[in-house]
Amino acid sequence: MKKLGKIYMALVLFFLYIPIFVLIVFSFNETKSRSVFSGFTLEWYERLFKNEIIISSLINTIIIAVVASIAATVLGTLAAIGINSMRKVPKAIVLNVTNMPVINPEIVTGVSLMLLFVFFAARMNFEFGFVTLLIAHITFNVPYVILNVMPKFKQMDPNLFEAAQDLGCSPFSALYKVILPEIMPGIVSGFLMSFTFSLDDFVVSYFTSGSTSQTLPITIYSMTRRKISPEINALSTLIFIVVVIVLIVKNIIENRQFKKEKREA
Amino acid sequence: MKKLKVFAAPYLVWMIVFIAVPLLMVAYFAFTDDNGAFTVEHIANVGQYANIFIRSIWLALIATVICLIIAYPVAFMLSRMKKHHQGTMLMIVMLPMWMNFLLRTYAWMTLLGNNGLINYLFSLIGLGPFKLINTEGAVVLGMVYNYLPFMILPLYSVMVKIDKSVLEAASDLGCNSASTLFRVVIPLSVPGIMSGITMVFVPAISTFIISRMLGGGSNLLIGDLIEMQFLGNSYNPHLGAGISLVLMVIILLIMTIMNQFDPDDQVLI
Repeated sequence: MKKLGKIYMALVLFFLYIPIFVLIVFSFNETKSRSVFSGFTLEWYERLFKNEIIISSLINTIIIAVVASIAATVLGTLAAIGINSMRKVPKAIVLNVTNMPVINPEIVTGVSLMLLFVFFAARMNFEFGFVTLLIAHITFNVPYVILNVMPKFKQMDPNLFEAAQDLGCSPFSALYKVILPEIMPGIVSGFLMSFTFSLDDFVVSYFTSGSTSQTLPITIYSMTRRKISPEINALSTLIFIVVVIVLIVKNIIENRQFKKEKREA
Repeated sequence: MKKLKVFAAPYLVWMIVFIAVPLLMVAYFAFTDDNGAFTVEHIANVGQYANIFIRSIWLALIATVICLIIAYPVAFMLSRMKKHHQGTMLMIVMLPMWMNFLLRTYAWMTLLGNNGLINYLFSLIGLGPFKLINTEGAVVLGMVYNYLPFMILPLYSVMVKIDKSVLEAASDLGCNSASTLFRVVIPLSVPGIMSGITMVFVPAISTFIISRMLGGGSNLLIGDLIEMQFLGNSYNPHLGAGISLVLMVIILLIMTIMNQFDPDDQVLI
Protein backbone atom coordinates (compact mmCIF):
# COMPACT_ATOMS: atom_id res chain seq x y z
CA MET A 1 0.00 0.00 0.00
CA LYS A 2 2.79 2.41 0.97
CA LYS A 3 4.68 1.55 -2.20
CA LEU A 4 1.58 2.09 -4.31
CA GLY A 5 1.18 5.51 -2.72
CA LYS A 6 4.74 6.45 -3.58
CA ILE A 7 4.28 5.37 -7.19
CA TYR A 8 1.07 7.42 -7.39
CA MET A 9 2.80 10.48 -5.94
CA ALA A 10 5.66 10.08 -8.39
CA LEU A 11 3.21 9.87 -11.31
CA VAL A 12 1.42 13.07 -10.23
CA LEU A 13 4.74 14.90 -9.85
CA PHE A 14 5.79 13.56 -13.26
CA PHE A 15 2.59 15.01 -14.75
CA LEU A 16 3.18 18.36 -13.04
CA TYR A 17 6.84 18.70 -13.96
CA ILE A 18 7.28 17.02 -17.35
CA PRO A 19 5.95 19.93 -19.45
CA ILE A 20 8.25 22.36 -17.67
CA PHE A 21 11.28 20.13 -18.07
CA VAL A 22 10.57 19.65 -21.75
CA LEU A 23 10.44 23.44 -22.14
CA ILE A 24 13.76 23.76 -20.34
CA VAL A 25 15.48 21.07 -22.40
CA PHE A 26 14.30 22.53 -25.70
CA SER A 27 15.43 26.02 -24.68
CA PHE A 28 18.95 24.72 -25.41
CA ASN A 29 18.00 23.14 -28.73
CA GLU A 30 19.88 24.30 -31.80
CA THR A 31 16.91 24.15 -34.16
CA LYS A 32 13.35 25.30 -33.69
CA SER A 33 12.13 21.71 -33.62
CA ARG A 34 9.93 20.83 -30.65
CA SER A 35 10.48 17.10 -30.83
CA VAL A 36 14.06 16.36 -31.87
CA PHE A 37 17.02 17.63 -29.91
CA SER A 38 19.70 18.37 -32.48
CA GLY A 39 22.41 20.14 -30.52
CA PHE A 40 23.23 22.48 -27.69
CA THR A 41 23.05 26.24 -28.06
CA LEU A 42 22.60 29.36 -25.96
CA GLU A 43 21.37 31.34 -28.96
CA TRP A 44 17.81 31.68 -27.66
CA TYR A 45 19.04 33.16 -24.41
CA GLU A 46 21.15 35.64 -26.32
CA ARG A 47 18.18 36.62 -28.45
CA LEU A 48 16.02 36.91 -25.36
CA PHE A 49 18.32 39.47 -23.77
CA LYS A 50 18.48 41.41 -27.02
CA ASN A 51 14.70 41.43 -27.37
CA GLU A 52 13.75 44.96 -26.38
CA ILE A 53 10.02 44.26 -26.16
CA ILE A 54 10.54 41.51 -23.61
CA ILE A 55 13.03 43.50 -21.54
CA SER A 56 10.89 46.64 -21.49
CA SER A 57 7.74 44.70 -20.61
CA LEU A 58 9.64 42.92 -17.84
CA ILE A 59 10.71 46.27 -16.38
CA ASN A 60 7.16 47.55 -16.75
CA THR A 61 5.80 44.47 -14.96
CA ILE A 62 8.17 44.93 -12.04
CA ILE A 63 7.39 48.66 -11.71
CA ILE A 64 3.66 47.99 -11.74
CA ALA A 65 3.92 45.09 -9.30
CA VAL A 66 6.01 47.14 -6.84
CA VAL A 67 3.88 50.30 -7.01
CA ALA A 68 0.55 48.46 -7.04
CA SER A 69 1.40 46.14 -4.16
CA ILE A 70 2.74 48.98 -1.98
CA ALA A 71 -0.31 51.14 -2.73
CA ALA A 72 -2.66 48.20 -2.13
CA THR A 73 -0.92 47.36 1.15
CA VAL A 74 -1.24 50.93 2.49
CA LEU A 75 -4.82 51.30 1.30
CA GLY A 76 -5.80 47.84 2.49
CA THR A 77 -4.18 48.12 5.92
CA LEU A 78 -5.87 51.46 6.61
CA ALA A 79 -9.11 49.96 5.34
CA ALA A 80 -8.81 46.93 7.61
CA ILE A 81 -8.21 49.15 10.66
CA GLY A 82 -11.27 51.21 9.75
CA ILE A 83 -13.51 48.29 8.82
CA ASN A 84 -12.65 46.53 12.07
CA SER A 85 -14.11 49.41 14.08
CA MET A 86 -17.30 49.60 12.03
CA ARG A 87 -20.69 48.46 13.22
CA LYS A 88 -21.94 45.03 12.18
CA VAL A 89 -24.14 45.90 9.19
CA PRO A 90 -21.89 48.42 7.37
CA LYS A 91 -18.99 46.08 8.07
CA ALA A 92 -20.80 43.18 6.43
CA ILE A 93 -21.70 45.31 3.39
CA VAL A 94 -18.13 46.55 2.90
CA LEU A 95 -16.66 43.07 3.31
CA ASN A 96 -19.14 41.63 0.83
CA VAL A 97 -18.26 44.20 -1.83
CA THR A 98 -14.57 43.67 -1.06
CA ASN A 99 -15.05 39.97 -1.69
CA MET A 100 -16.47 40.55 -5.18
CA PRO A 101 -13.14 40.67 -7.07
CA VAL A 102 -12.05 37.54 -5.19
CA ILE A 103 -15.18 35.54 -6.01
CA ASN A 104 -15.79 36.89 -9.52
CA PRO A 105 -13.97 35.29 -12.41
CA GLU A 106 -10.97 37.42 -13.41
CA ILE A 107 -12.48 38.04 -16.81
CA VAL A 108 -15.51 39.76 -15.24
CA THR A 109 -13.26 42.00 -13.12
CA GLY A 110 -11.24 42.83 -16.22
CA VAL A 111 -14.27 43.55 -18.35
CA SER A 112 -15.97 45.68 -15.69
CA LEU A 113 -12.88 47.85 -15.25
CA MET A 114 -12.51 48.12 -18.99
CA LEU A 115 -16.09 49.42 -19.28
CA LEU A 116 -15.34 52.03 -16.60
CA PHE A 117 -12.12 53.14 -18.28
CA VAL A 118 -13.76 53.28 -21.71
CA PHE A 119 -16.48 55.48 -20.24
CA PHE A 120 -14.00 57.93 -18.70
CA ALA A 121 -11.51 57.76 -21.55
CA ALA A 122 -14.18 59.07 -23.90
CA ARG A 123 -15.12 61.94 -21.57
CA MET A 124 -11.87 62.94 -19.94
CA ASN A 125 -9.53 62.43 -22.85
CA PHE A 126 -7.03 59.93 -21.51
CA GLU A 127 -5.72 56.71 -22.97
CA PHE A 128 -5.41 53.18 -21.73
CA GLY A 129 -1.92 52.55 -20.47
CA PHE A 130 0.21 52.66 -17.37
CA VAL A 131 -2.36 54.47 -15.20
CA THR A 132 -5.30 52.20 -16.05
CA LEU A 133 -3.10 49.15 -15.56
CA LEU A 134 -1.95 50.42 -12.17
CA ILE A 135 -5.50 51.20 -11.02
CA ALA A 136 -6.64 47.75 -12.11
CA HIS A 137 -3.80 46.03 -10.27
CA ILE A 138 -4.39 48.00 -7.07
CA THR A 139 -8.10 47.15 -7.33
CA PHE A 140 -7.64 43.40 -7.51
CA ASN A 141 -4.87 43.46 -4.87
CA VAL A 142 -6.53 45.47 -2.08
CA PRO A 143 -9.08 42.74 -1.19
CA TYR A 144 -6.26 40.26 -0.57
CA VAL A 145 -4.52 42.69 1.79
CA ILE A 146 -7.76 43.27 3.69
CA LEU A 147 -8.51 39.54 3.85
CA ASN A 148 -5.03 38.90 5.24
CA VAL A 149 -5.10 41.70 7.82
CA MET A 150 -8.66 41.33 9.15
CA PRO A 151 -8.12 37.94 10.88
CA LYS A 152 -5.22 39.47 12.85
CA PHE A 153 -7.70 41.75 14.61
CA LYS A 154 -9.71 38.72 15.66
CA GLN A 155 -6.63 37.17 17.24
CA MET A 156 -5.82 40.42 19.02
CA ASP A 157 -7.23 41.50 22.41
CA PRO A 158 -9.93 44.07 21.52
CA ASN A 159 -9.03 46.16 24.57
CA LEU A 160 -5.41 46.58 23.54
CA PHE A 161 -6.02 49.91 21.84
CA GLU A 162 -7.77 51.42 24.86
CA ALA A 163 -5.24 49.95 27.26
CA ALA A 164 -2.39 51.61 25.37
CA GLN A 165 -4.16 54.94 25.59
CA ASP A 166 -4.87 54.50 29.31
CA LEU A 167 -1.17 53.94 29.78
CA GLY A 168 -0.42 57.29 28.17
CA CYS A 169 -0.23 56.65 24.43
CA SER A 170 -1.82 59.16 22.09
CA PRO A 171 -4.30 57.44 19.74
CA PHE A 172 -1.76 57.76 16.95
CA SER A 173 1.11 56.24 18.87
CA ALA A 174 -1.19 53.52 20.24
CA LEU A 175 -1.94 52.63 16.65
CA TYR A 176 1.67 52.81 15.59
CA LYS A 177 3.27 51.13 18.60
CA VAL A 178 0.62 48.61 19.60
CA ILE A 179 -1.82 47.80 16.82
CA LEU A 180 0.60 47.87 13.89
CA PRO A 181 3.06 45.30 15.32
CA GLU A 182 0.11 43.02 16.12
CA ILE A 183 -1.22 43.02 12.57
CA MET A 184 2.20 43.09 10.88
CA PRO A 185 2.26 39.39 9.85
CA GLY A 186 -1.04 39.93 8.00
CA ILE A 187 0.27 43.06 6.30
CA VAL A 188 3.41 41.26 5.14
CA SER A 189 1.56 38.25 3.76
CA GLY A 190 -0.98 40.57 2.09
CA PHE A 191 1.84 42.51 0.46
CA LEU A 192 3.60 39.38 -0.76
CA MET A 193 0.36 37.97 -2.15
CA SER A 194 -0.36 41.25 -3.97
CA PHE A 195 3.12 41.38 -5.38
CA THR A 196 3.01 37.85 -6.78
CA PHE A 197 -0.51 38.29 -8.16
CA SER A 198 0.57 41.50 -9.88
CA LEU A 199 3.65 39.91 -11.42
CA ASP A 200 1.61 36.98 -12.66
CA ASP A 201 -1.62 38.63 -13.75
CA PHE A 202 -2.66 38.28 -17.34
CA VAL A 203 -6.44 38.44 -17.65
CA VAL A 204 -7.17 41.75 -15.92
CA SER A 205 -4.10 43.38 -17.48
CA TYR A 206 -5.17 42.15 -20.90
CA PHE A 207 -8.42 44.09 -20.70
CA THR A 208 -7.02 47.24 -19.11
CA SER A 209 -3.59 47.80 -20.65
CA GLY A 210 -4.16 49.26 -24.10
CA SER A 211 -1.26 49.15 -26.53
CA THR A 212 1.24 51.52 -24.93
CA SER A 213 1.95 49.78 -21.66
CA GLN A 214 2.48 46.04 -21.77
CA THR A 215 3.33 43.63 -19.02
CA LEU A 216 5.40 40.49 -19.45
CA PRO A 217 2.42 38.10 -19.43
CA ILE A 218 0.80 40.13 -22.23
CA THR A 219 4.03 40.00 -24.24
CA ILE A 220 4.23 36.25 -23.65
CA TYR A 221 0.64 35.89 -24.83
CA SER A 222 1.28 37.76 -28.07
CA MET A 223 4.42 35.69 -28.62
CA THR A 224 2.47 32.45 -28.30
CA ARG A 225 -0.11 33.77 -30.75
CA ARG A 226 2.53 34.29 -33.41
CA LYS A 227 4.83 31.57 -34.63
CA ILE A 228 6.63 29.39 -32.15
CA SER A 229 9.81 30.89 -30.91
CA PRO A 230 12.22 29.07 -28.59
CA GLU A 231 12.86 32.40 -26.85
CA ILE A 232 9.74 31.62 -24.80
CA ASN A 233 11.39 28.39 -23.68
CA ALA A 234 14.48 30.32 -22.61
CA LEU A 235 12.30 32.80 -20.74
CA SER A 236 10.41 29.95 -19.02
CA THR A 237 13.69 28.40 -17.93
CA LEU A 238 14.87 31.65 -16.37
CA ILE A 239 11.53 32.22 -14.63
CA PHE A 240 11.57 28.64 -13.34
CA ILE A 241 15.07 29.13 -11.90
CA VAL A 242 14.00 32.38 -10.19
CA VAL A 243 10.91 30.66 -8.73
CA VAL A 244 12.95 27.73 -7.41
CA ILE A 245 15.50 30.05 -5.78
CA VAL A 246 12.80 32.23 -4.19
CA LEU A 247 10.93 29.21 -2.81
CA ILE A 248 14.08 27.59 -1.45
CA VAL A 249 15.08 30.82 0.31
CA LYS A 250 11.54 31.14 1.68
CA ASN A 251 11.67 27.56 2.94
CA ILE A 252 15.03 28.10 4.65
CA ILE A 253 13.81 31.29 6.37
CA GLU A 254 10.64 29.55 7.55
CA ASN A 255 12.60 26.56 8.86
CA ARG A 256 14.93 28.85 10.80
CA GLN A 257 12.00 30.71 12.33
CA PHE A 258 10.37 27.41 13.18
CA LYS A 259 13.51 26.17 14.93
CA LYS A 260 13.95 29.48 16.74
CA GLU A 261 10.38 29.38 18.01
CA LYS A 262 10.90 25.80 19.11
CA ARG A 263 14.02 26.75 21.06
CA GLU A 264 12.29 29.67 22.71
CA ALA A 265 9.30 27.58 23.67
CA MET B 1 -11.77 52.03 18.60
CA LYS B 2 -14.74 53.77 17.03
CA LYS B 3 -12.66 56.79 15.99
CA LEU B 4 -10.58 54.57 13.74
CA LYS B 5 -13.43 54.27 11.25
CA VAL B 6 -12.10 57.23 9.23
CA PHE B 7 -9.12 55.14 8.16
CA ALA B 8 -11.40 53.18 5.88
CA ALA B 9 -12.48 56.33 4.02
CA PRO B 10 -9.89 56.27 1.20
CA TYR B 11 -10.59 52.61 0.55
CA LEU B 12 -14.35 53.12 0.63
CA VAL B 13 -14.02 55.71 -2.14
CA TRP B 14 -11.75 53.34 -4.08
CA MET B 15 -14.11 50.42 -3.54
CA ILE B 16 -17.14 52.35 -4.77
CA VAL B 17 -15.40 53.79 -7.84
CA PHE B 18 -13.40 50.75 -8.92
CA ILE B 19 -15.33 47.73 -7.63
CA ALA B 20 -19.00 48.66 -7.21
CA VAL B 21 -19.46 51.13 -10.09
CA PRO B 22 -17.74 48.91 -12.72
CA LEU B 23 -19.94 45.95 -11.75
CA LEU B 24 -23.02 48.15 -11.92
CA MET B 25 -21.82 49.29 -15.34
CA VAL B 26 -21.75 45.66 -16.48
CA ALA B 27 -25.38 45.36 -15.42
CA TYR B 28 -26.23 48.73 -17.02
CA PHE B 29 -24.59 47.80 -20.33
CA ALA B 30 -26.31 44.42 -20.31
CA PHE B 31 -29.75 46.06 -20.11
CA THR B 32 -29.32 49.05 -22.45
CA ASP B 33 -28.71 49.63 -26.13
CA ASP B 34 -26.35 52.10 -27.79
CA ASN B 35 -28.69 54.99 -27.06
CA GLY B 36 -29.01 54.12 -23.40
CA ALA B 37 -32.60 52.88 -23.69
CA PHE B 38 -33.65 49.90 -21.62
CA THR B 39 -33.70 46.59 -23.45
CA VAL B 40 -33.57 42.88 -22.65
CA GLU B 41 -32.43 42.13 -26.18
CA HIS B 42 -28.83 41.34 -25.20
CA ILE B 43 -29.78 39.05 -22.36
CA ALA B 44 -32.20 37.30 -24.72
CA ASN B 45 -29.42 37.01 -27.31
CA VAL B 46 -27.24 35.17 -24.81
CA GLY B 47 -29.62 32.24 -25.44
CA GLN B 48 -28.16 31.88 -28.94
CA TYR B 49 -24.91 30.85 -27.33
CA ALA B 50 -26.47 28.14 -25.18
CA ASN B 51 -24.22 25.51 -26.78
CA ILE B 52 -21.11 27.43 -25.73
CA PHE B 53 -22.45 27.78 -22.19
CA ILE B 54 -23.21 24.07 -22.03
CA ARG B 55 -19.77 23.19 -23.41
CA SER B 56 -18.07 25.46 -20.85
CA ILE B 57 -20.01 24.05 -17.93
CA TRP B 58 -19.47 20.50 -19.17
CA LEU B 59 -15.70 20.80 -19.75
CA ALA B 60 -15.18 22.70 -16.48
CA LEU B 61 -17.20 20.02 -14.68
CA ILE B 62 -15.13 17.17 -16.15
CA ALA B 63 -11.92 19.00 -15.29
CA THR B 64 -13.13 19.59 -11.72
CA VAL B 65 -14.03 15.94 -11.22
CA ILE B 66 -10.69 14.76 -12.61
CA CYS B 67 -8.87 17.26 -10.38
CA LEU B 68 -10.76 15.96 -7.35
CA ILE B 69 -9.97 12.33 -8.18
CA ILE B 70 -6.26 13.04 -8.74
CA ALA B 71 -5.87 15.48 -5.86
CA TYR B 72 -7.66 13.57 -3.10
CA PRO B 73 -5.07 10.81 -2.59
CA VAL B 74 -2.24 13.33 -3.04
CA ALA B 75 -3.64 15.61 -0.34
CA PHE B 76 -4.27 12.66 1.98
CA MET B 77 -0.76 11.29 1.60
CA LEU B 78 0.69 14.76 2.10
CA SER B 79 -1.30 15.22 5.30
CA ARG B 80 -0.07 11.86 6.71
CA MET B 81 3.62 12.54 6.06
CA LYS B 82 6.03 13.41 8.85
CA LYS B 83 5.61 17.05 9.82
CA HIS B 84 9.02 18.22 8.64
CA HIS B 85 8.59 16.49 5.28
CA GLN B 86 5.16 18.02 4.69
CA GLY B 87 6.42 21.56 4.10
CA THR B 88 9.02 20.50 1.57
CA MET B 89 6.70 18.11 -0.25
CA LEU B 90 3.93 20.71 -0.38
CA MET B 91 6.41 23.15 -1.88
CA ILE B 92 7.40 20.63 -4.55
CA VAL B 93 3.73 20.00 -5.42
CA MET B 94 2.89 23.72 -5.57
CA LEU B 95 6.04 24.86 -7.36
CA PRO B 96 4.75 24.52 -10.95
CA MET B 97 1.88 26.83 -10.02
CA TRP B 98 4.35 29.65 -9.50
CA MET B 99 5.29 29.54 -13.16
CA ASN B 100 3.23 31.90 -15.25
CA PHE B 101 -0.06 30.39 -16.31
CA LEU B 102 0.58 31.20 -19.98
CA LEU B 103 3.94 29.47 -19.96
CA ARG B 104 2.46 26.35 -18.41
CA THR B 105 -0.25 26.25 -21.06
CA TYR B 106 2.32 26.98 -23.77
CA ALA B 107 4.31 23.99 -22.54
CA TRP B 108 1.37 21.72 -23.36
CA MET B 109 0.95 23.43 -26.70
CA THR B 110 4.44 22.32 -27.69
CA LEU B 111 3.96 18.83 -26.24
CA LEU B 112 0.61 18.14 -27.90
CA GLY B 113 1.32 19.79 -31.26
CA ASN B 114 1.22 17.81 -34.49
CA ASN B 115 5.01 18.03 -34.62
CA GLY B 116 5.26 17.90 -30.85
CA LEU B 117 7.15 15.55 -28.61
CA ILE B 118 4.25 13.20 -27.83
CA ASN B 119 3.47 12.56 -31.48
CA TYR B 120 7.19 12.16 -32.16
CA LEU B 121 7.42 9.48 -29.47
CA PHE B 122 4.39 7.76 -30.98
CA SER B 123 5.99 7.85 -34.42
CA LEU B 124 9.07 6.08 -33.03
CA ILE B 125 6.94 3.04 -32.28
CA GLY B 126 5.12 3.38 -35.56
CA LEU B 127 1.91 4.99 -34.34
CA GLY B 128 0.13 8.21 -35.16
CA PRO B 129 0.33 11.06 -35.71
CA PHE B 130 -2.71 11.64 -33.55
CA LYS B 131 -4.70 14.85 -33.44
CA LEU B 132 -4.05 15.84 -29.85
CA ILE B 133 -4.12 19.62 -29.89
CA ASN B 134 -7.25 21.64 -30.77
CA THR B 135 -9.53 19.07 -29.21
CA GLU B 136 -11.84 19.18 -26.22
CA GLY B 137 -9.58 16.67 -24.50
CA ALA B 138 -6.66 19.08 -24.77
CA VAL B 139 -8.75 21.84 -23.20
CA VAL B 140 -9.71 19.58 -20.28
CA LEU B 141 -6.08 18.51 -19.91
CA GLY B 142 -5.00 22.17 -19.78
CA MET B 143 -7.61 22.90 -17.11
CA VAL B 144 -6.59 19.92 -15.00
CA TYR B 145 -2.91 20.74 -15.31
CA ASN B 146 -3.32 24.42 -14.44
CA TYR B 147 -5.83 24.10 -11.61
CA LEU B 148 -4.82 20.83 -9.92
CA PRO B 149 -2.85 22.67 -7.18
CA PHE B 150 -6.01 24.70 -6.38
CA MET B 151 -7.68 21.39 -5.52
CA ILE B 152 -4.76 19.90 -3.60
CA LEU B 153 -4.23 22.90 -1.32
CA PRO B 154 -7.70 23.23 0.28
CA LEU B 155 -8.01 19.45 0.60
CA TYR B 156 -4.64 19.26 2.30
CA SER B 157 -5.39 22.10 4.70
CA VAL B 158 -8.55 20.33 5.90
CA MET B 159 -7.01 16.86 6.07
CA VAL B 160 -3.96 17.98 7.99
CA LYS B 161 -6.31 18.83 10.86
CA ILE B 162 -7.70 15.28 11.04
CA ASP B 163 -5.89 13.81 14.00
CA LYS B 164 -4.10 10.51 13.58
CA SER B 165 -5.94 9.20 16.64
CA VAL B 166 -9.30 9.68 14.89
CA LEU B 167 -8.23 7.26 12.17
CA GLU B 168 -6.83 4.85 14.76
CA ALA B 169 -10.07 5.03 16.72
CA ALA B 170 -12.02 4.20 13.56
CA SER B 171 -9.95 1.11 12.90
CA ASP B 172 -10.10 0.10 16.60
CA LEU B 173 -13.87 0.31 16.38
CA GLY B 174 -13.89 -2.09 13.48
CA CYS B 175 -13.61 0.04 10.35
CA ASN B 176 -11.51 -1.41 7.58
CA SER B 177 -9.57 1.07 5.46
CA ALA B 178 -12.38 1.51 2.94
CA SER B 179 -15.00 2.29 5.56
CA THR B 180 -12.57 4.57 7.42
CA LEU B 181 -12.21 6.46 4.16
CA PHE B 182 -15.93 6.70 3.42
CA ARG B 183 -17.24 7.16 6.96
CA VAL B 184 -14.49 9.22 8.55
CA VAL B 185 -12.03 10.87 6.17
CA ILE B 186 -14.42 11.96 3.43
CA PRO B 187 -17.10 13.41 5.78
CA LEU B 188 -14.39 15.32 7.65
CA SER B 189 -12.91 16.72 4.45
CA VAL B 190 -16.19 17.99 2.95
CA PRO B 191 -15.32 21.69 3.51
CA GLY B 192 -12.03 21.17 1.67
CA ILE B 193 -13.77 19.34 -1.18
CA MET B 194 -16.27 22.19 -1.54
CA SER B 195 -13.69 24.97 -1.59
CA GLY B 196 -11.50 22.91 -3.94
CA ILE B 197 -14.42 22.48 -6.33
CA THR B 198 -15.13 26.23 -6.43
CA MET B 199 -11.45 27.08 -6.76
CA VAL B 200 -11.14 24.84 -9.83
CA PHE B 201 -14.56 25.29 -11.37
CA VAL B 202 -14.72 29.10 -11.38
CA PRO B 203 -11.46 29.74 -13.26
CA ALA B 204 -12.08 26.71 -15.50
CA ILE B 205 -15.51 27.84 -16.66
CA SER B 206 -14.35 31.39 -17.39
CA THR B 207 -10.98 30.76 -19.02
CA PHE B 208 -10.21 31.90 -22.54
CA ILE B 209 -6.47 31.24 -22.62
CA ILE B 210 -6.68 27.47 -22.33
CA SER B 211 -9.38 27.15 -24.96
CA ARG B 212 -7.53 29.50 -27.30
CA MET B 213 -4.12 27.91 -26.92
CA LEU B 214 -5.12 24.25 -26.67
CA GLY B 215 -8.59 24.22 -28.21
CA GLY B 216 -7.82 26.04 -31.45
CA GLY B 217 -10.68 28.09 -32.81
CA SER B 218 -13.28 25.36 -32.64
CA ASN B 219 -13.75 24.86 -28.91
CA LEU B 220 -15.01 28.28 -27.81
CA LEU B 221 -15.84 28.76 -24.15
CA ILE B 222 -17.76 31.51 -22.32
CA GLY B 223 -14.48 33.35 -21.72
CA ASP B 224 -13.72 33.45 -25.46
CA LEU B 225 -17.20 34.72 -26.16
CA ILE B 226 -16.80 37.59 -23.68
CA GLU B 227 -13.32 38.42 -24.90
CA MET B 228 -14.53 38.57 -28.51
CA GLN B 229 -17.20 41.12 -27.62
CA PHE B 230 -14.69 43.47 -26.00
CA LEU B 231 -11.36 43.02 -27.76
CA GLY B 232 -12.13 40.75 -30.68
CA ASN B 233 -13.58 41.31 -34.11
CA SER B 234 -17.21 41.36 -33.06
CA TYR B 235 -17.07 44.43 -30.82
CA ASN B 236 -20.32 44.56 -28.86
CA PRO B 237 -19.88 45.56 -25.21
CA HIS B 238 -23.63 45.28 -24.56
CA LEU B 239 -23.74 41.62 -25.51
CA GLY B 240 -20.41 41.08 -23.72
CA ALA B 241 -21.82 42.63 -20.57
CA GLY B 242 -24.93 40.44 -20.89
CA ILE B 243 -22.84 37.28 -21.17
CA SER B 244 -20.68 38.39 -18.22
CA LEU B 245 -23.79 38.96 -16.15
CA VAL B 246 -25.17 35.51 -16.94
CA LEU B 247 -21.77 33.98 -16.10
CA MET B 248 -21.77 35.82 -12.75
CA VAL B 249 -25.25 34.52 -11.98
CA ILE B 250 -24.25 30.93 -12.81
CA ILE B 251 -21.22 31.18 -10.54
CA LEU B 252 -23.20 32.80 -7.71
CA LEU B 253 -25.75 29.98 -7.95
CA ILE B 254 -23.02 27.36 -7.74
CA MET B 255 -21.38 29.14 -4.81
CA THR B 256 -24.71 29.24 -2.99
CA ILE B 257 -25.17 25.52 -3.51
CA MET B 258 -21.61 24.92 -2.26
CA ASN B 259 -22.23 27.07 0.80
CA GLN B 260 -25.00 24.69 1.81
CA PHE B 261 -22.16 22.42 2.83
CA ASP B 262 -20.76 25.01 5.21
CA PRO B 263 -18.68 23.33 7.91
CA ASP B 264 -20.81 24.96 10.61
CA ASP B 265 -23.85 23.00 9.52
CA GLN B 266 -22.02 19.74 9.49
CA VAL B 267 -23.39 16.96 11.58
CA LEU B 268 -20.95 14.19 12.26
CA ILE B 269 -22.54 10.89 13.07
